[in-house]
Amino acid sequence: MANIASTTASAGTEVTARALREAVFAGLVTLGLFVLFVGLKTDQNIRNELVLTQRWGLLATFVIIAMVGRFLMVAYAQPWLAQRKAAKAAAPEVVKEEGFFSRNFSKIAIVALILYPPVVLALTGIQGSLKWVDNFGIQILIYVMLAWGLNIVVGLAGLLDLGYVAFYAVGAYSYALLSSYFGLSFWVLLPIAGLLSACWGMILGFPVLRLRGDYLAIVTLAFGEIIRLVLINWTEVTKGTFGVSGIAKATLFGIKFDASKDGFAAMMGLPISSAYYKIFLFYLILGLCMITAFVTIRLRRMPVGRAWEALREDEIACRSLGINTTTTKLTAFATGAMFGGFAGSFFAVRQGFVSPESFIFLESAVILAIVVLGGMGSLTGIAIAAIVMIGGTEILRELTFLKVIFGPNFTPELYRMLIFGLAMVTVMVWKPRGFVGSREPTAFLRERKAVSGSFTKEGHG
Amino acid sequence: MAPETSTMTKDPILKVEHLSMRFGGLMAINDFSFEAGRGDITALIGPNGAGKTTVFNCITGFYKPTMGMITMRQRSGHEYLLERLPDFEITKQAKVARTFQNIRMFSGMTVLENLLVAQHNKLMLASGYTFLGLVGFPAYRQASKEAIELARHWLERASLIDRADDPAGDLPYGAQRRLEIARAMCTEPELLCLDEPAAGLNPRESHSLNELLQSIRSDTGTSILLIEHDMSVVMGISDHVVVLEYGQKISDGNPDFVKSDPRVIAAYLGVEDEEVEEVIEQIEEIEGEQGGTKQ
Repeated sequence: MANIASTTASAGTEVTARALREAVFAGLVTLGLFVLFVGLKTDQNIRNELVLTQRWGLLATFVIIAMVGRFLMVAYAQPWLAQRKAAKAAAPEVVKEEGFFSRNFSKIAIVALILYPPVVLALTGIQGSLKWVDNFGIQILIYVMLAWGLNIVVGLAGLLDLGYVAFYAVGAYSYALLSSYFGLSFWVLLPIAGLLSACWGMILGFPVLRLRGDYLAIVTLAFGEIIRLVLINWTEVTKGTFGVSGIAKATLFGIKFDASKDGFAAMMGLPISSAYYKIFLFYLILGLCMITAFVTIRLRRMPVGRAWEALREDEIACRSLGINTTTTKLTAFATGAMFGGFAGSFFAVRQGFVSPESFIFLESAVILAIVVLGGMGSLTGIAIAAIVMIGGTEILRELTFLKVIFGPNFTPELYRMLIFGLAMVTVMVWKPRGFVGSREPTAFLRERKAVSGSFTKEGHG
Repeated sequence: MAPETSTMTKDPILKVEHLSMRFGGLMAINDFSFEAGRGDITALIGPNGAGKTTVFNCITGFYKPTMGMITMRQRSGHEYLLERLPDFEITKQAKVARTFQNIRMFSGMTVLENLLVAQHNKLMLASGYTFLGLVGFPAYRQASKEAIELARHWLERASLIDRADDPAGDLPYGAQRRLEIARAMCTEPELLCLDEPAAGLNPRESHSLNELLQSIRSDTGTSILLIEHDMSVVMGISDHVVVLEYGQKISDGNPDFVKSDPRVIAAYLGVEDEEVEEVIEQIEEIEGEQGGTKQ
């Protein structure tokens, strides 16, 4: 007994010694790497002379972070991981009983989202809630809807679309232009914007029917750019880069959200604030998201949804079973584009201003990244990915304490793309098929078993 | 030619006439004609690279033949010229289904879903081209129940019922072959084209395949056209064998006739090195006789 104790103790000191050694080594490497990059900085003084600023404190911070990190990694994290792995190997396979939470995950999530605005309102007050409802709630939900729309094209039908933002733009401009030229209301224009986007989805679909994989991706990318350039250059109609401003707000059964006598606040006897409009918009986009999810779930159980997934798995086999792959692809493009159009017209009504700036390629890339990260085809996974990605970048604005470490000029949101990329690489290493890699079958004989992600294909066009 | 070689089937389901397929300078199929009888199991055999799969691809619309006519005559008397139809219409309208040499499963979908995809056109109609189904129209629910029943029927026939809810990619090779046949049968074809259904199967599996094919033929009246290398399958079940070499037909008749045809033996079944001379002589003899009779 004493023998065993002494061996574990000696093993402990051995690990600590090794950790110390490695920490010192890591510190040296960091010092060597950063001494010229971080420790010294060239600057111009008032007389335009180059001077060398020394930043030893910052360099020391870097080195200390590396040393402490390495020490913790070797001394604690690695033995803990090894122990866990051994424990896992030793433990017998237990059939995992799904908990109440995971079984009713979507219901709980919907209830939580419905309760979100009142809770935020109660916690932070009327003006404080603006940020949480608008920047976090609405912003994330717009991306959830966009990603769910793109999921039909990329996740289900396996058609890689890099120009999805074009349909978002078509929806936004449909609402902006038709409402400012013809004075039509949001509720009339919402379906029209969706239909117009669906038409553009078909227009994109026709020329790319025969393309697959990389070729398809490049053409869709070009299509997105064409739409954006048309919006910039067709100045008589779209006002070019100035954008369309003063877009009419949405109304709730004719009740306006403004300071007038018959506005929402006056009618309800509430103090006048823009927060009510934001909360209304939150419920509006939540409703639109629910419709998207409902339609997607229903469509997956329809023959057309199964044909989309079959198309992703094997196009030639589809044709041999009498499926018209042309119409199947076109319906996938059109349906995905339609939801993009809905989201676009919602975006226009929320901002009150649209310009081509909002529809750059980066937006397509972000939406696609959310779909891939969430696990292609899975609505829950995509929603989680949208929260992580969009919520994460919004959180960056809140991290003011970082200014203490990196100086007052440090703006964390400028590092958004760097962190975005790092997060993507990390998730893809950890979960190569996205947050939810498995696929729910659309029909079953005896029991519903999720299909592991290793069997599903990504689609090639 | 010997009388058997020009068998005219009384009621052909499929008539291939003067079919030629050229890929650039390569004549893959050269003036190939044959008929497949209704309710028959017709085997198309030949050495590797003879053009069997090309013939299949022409029949099922994956290639457009350079020349020739392919007529499919349904039980109802409707005739379709397959070379004019796009590939998916051949399954949808002309009721010709096919399987592939290298299995093409929807591997990420369950076995049951694979069979439901095969019933796409029927279900599409029942769901009112999605719109009625989307709003929960009862006719679609009924139709999808019936589709699952049909799938269950074919799963039982192909002895895959225990794996119905597993992903198709998870099945062993032999089961995938059976699934592909079951999937093709779910399109309710009149002619089933099988491209090497027994490839990679062990003797026991290929025996059960024989039984499956024969029961398909006897129970549903579906005619079968198959490409096969496994002689136990070809000789065991087919009513009619067509032999192809270098894109040309070299023999056509019942299995016993084909088996003893020296040209087939030389070209396909293989001869010992020392027998080559003998076989060539035999062929020359036959051809000499034919030349004599023609004059």
